[in-house]
Amino acid sequence: MGKMYYQEDMETASRETMIKLQNERLVKNVKHAYDNIAAYREKCKETGVEPGDIKSIDDLHKLPFLSKDDLRDAYPYGYLALPLEDVVRIQSTSGTTGKRVVAFYTQADIDLWDECCARAIVAAGGTNKDVVHVSYGYGLFTGGPGLNGGSHKVGSLTLPMSSGNTERQLQFMIDLEATILCCTPSYAAFLAESLHSAGLRDQIKLKAGIFGAEAWSEEMRRDIEKNLGIKAYDIYGLTETSGPGVSFECEEQTGMHINEDHFIPEIIDPDTGEVLPLGEKGELVFSCISKQAFPLLRYRTRDICVLTRNECSCGRTLIKMSKPMGRSDDMLIIRGVNVFPSQIETVLMKEGYPANYQIILDRVNHTDTFEVQVEMTPEMFSDEVRIVAEKEKELLTALRAMLGISPKVTLMNPRSITRSEGKAVRVIDNRKI
Amino acid sequence: MSINQISVFVENKPGKLADITEILAKAEVDLRAMSIADTQDFGILRLIVDNPHAALTALRDNGCTVNVTSVLAVEMPDKPGGLAGVLRVLADKNVNVEYLYAFISRSKGNAYVILRVEDNEEAMAVLKEAGIGIVTAEQIYS
Repeated sequence: MGKMYYQEDMETASRETMIKLQNERLVKNVKHAYDNIAAYREKCKETGVEPGDIKSIDDLHKLPFLSKDDLRDAYPYGYLALPLEDVVRIQSTSGTTGKRVVAFYTQADIDLWDECCARAIVAAGGTNKDVVHVSYGYGLFTGGPGLNGGSHKVGSLTLPMSSGNTERQLQFMIDLEATILCCTPSYAAFLAESLHSAGLRDQIKLKAGIFGAEAWSEEMRRDIEKNLGIKAYDIYGLTETSGPGVSFECEEQTGMHINEDHFIPEIIDPDTGEVLPLGEKGELVFSCISKQAFPLLRYRTRDICVLTRNECSCGRTLIKMSKPMGRSDDMLIIRGVNVFPSQIETVLMKEGYPANYQIILDRVNHTDTFEVQVEMTPEMFSDEVRIVAEKEKELLTALRAMLGISPKVTLMNPRSITRSEGKAVRVIDNRKI
Repeated sequence: MSINQISVFVENKPGKLADITEILAKAEVDLRAMSIADTQDFGILRLIVDNPHAALTALRDNGCTVNVTSVLAVEMPDKPGGLAGVLRVLADKNVNVEYLYAFISRSKGNAYVILRVEDNEEAMAVLKEAGIGIVTAEQIYS
């Protein structure tokens, strides 16, 4: 396979060209954000920095950080930098109530997002002759719309499957001879399993997969590659910066190239905020230097990873990030959905259960299992199974409404959930990723 | 004349039932009758014991979730159709039985059944009218 790029000038730009472009775009977008977002202007004033202080990317560290809390406090329109008539779309983070973040897009913002995804598809060997099967969720979640848009840009035939309805997924994958599958890694593993058990494994034409939105191990990658007979590529992104395609893997599979003509990465010490040198592990921070509607600067992703800038055999000069190795906050990503333990606590308190609970995560057959252990109270108890089961169901319904996914609820005796010295152990994550 | 039934929440884990019976053994509580209702996720153990107060205290002290319900103990001839006769009487008067379970009777020729109904007074009146024997707490605890 020859070397293929979607936007070769950007993907293989010299360091000088890239820095020059980043400098121009950064200076412009800092001024744009400062002039048009009151909350951001306030934040800059508190930090004692003005747009004039930012003359190049070397000054980036002078800007204040932004976090999910800033966006939540400003919900919904506080960080929108343009009048509504210029904006055409919103997307929202997968974590639901309590931590909702809404991101805005102009048509140009969507185009550049789609182009980022197109780069990922081309890096995975995609061309206009391919059939791209998108099984990410469509809707507020960025997965479906992002890869869908990228596939259109490449000119591939796009199957907007969304998630669910396995039988139909397999039928279309076979009948339309899909060649590239885009979904979460756990859904890919599930589809592979379904194909095998239906005896249809030899009828698919897949050659590549682009999988993201949740953490996955190299072992899982090898499993999926073997079971589907494909090469599996990682992709990364977050709603706050656009969606998937902020970074993507090339055939070397040694980290994801960041589209740094749009997103400038930094690695910081999550405790001190100090910028760390390349190669050191820390929290990933992004500055969006091209997007207009939602131009977040120095946004803290809370993902822990490493940046490296080595020559890549694919010819791309874009900086690489490792797979996220963890979080600097307590957010859990379960089956691709963002879950905060505090959301579970809120539901338990509201439903009259003690706030002493435990979340137990595991990964069975490449799918996350999610159990919430809850302590019973005498008030919740009855001699009749029907009444206890009903209360259990009410709790499950409330948890599902809050989280967007269903845990398994296990009722426990009062005070039976381990209380350790000092900090309560709320989460036991047995997933090896 | 209703009697006190103790219900205990049982986590769905090996050994939990053994733990509960051991707690009762240590408190020198004698079991008179029992039944267990279970779902996929948990169980409810229902007990009639000789000393409800001692049983409750011991279970609560050991971190069990318990509650007390008034149930009826009914006496009937220990022969085919004995229970059917009792249930027909209740059915004819539209008394709904939530659940029931049997236990070893010490009175020769008779069987005891524990009945859980919504309204004990109403059920008792219906049973008495039909001449069905109600077992008293004293008879059970002694």
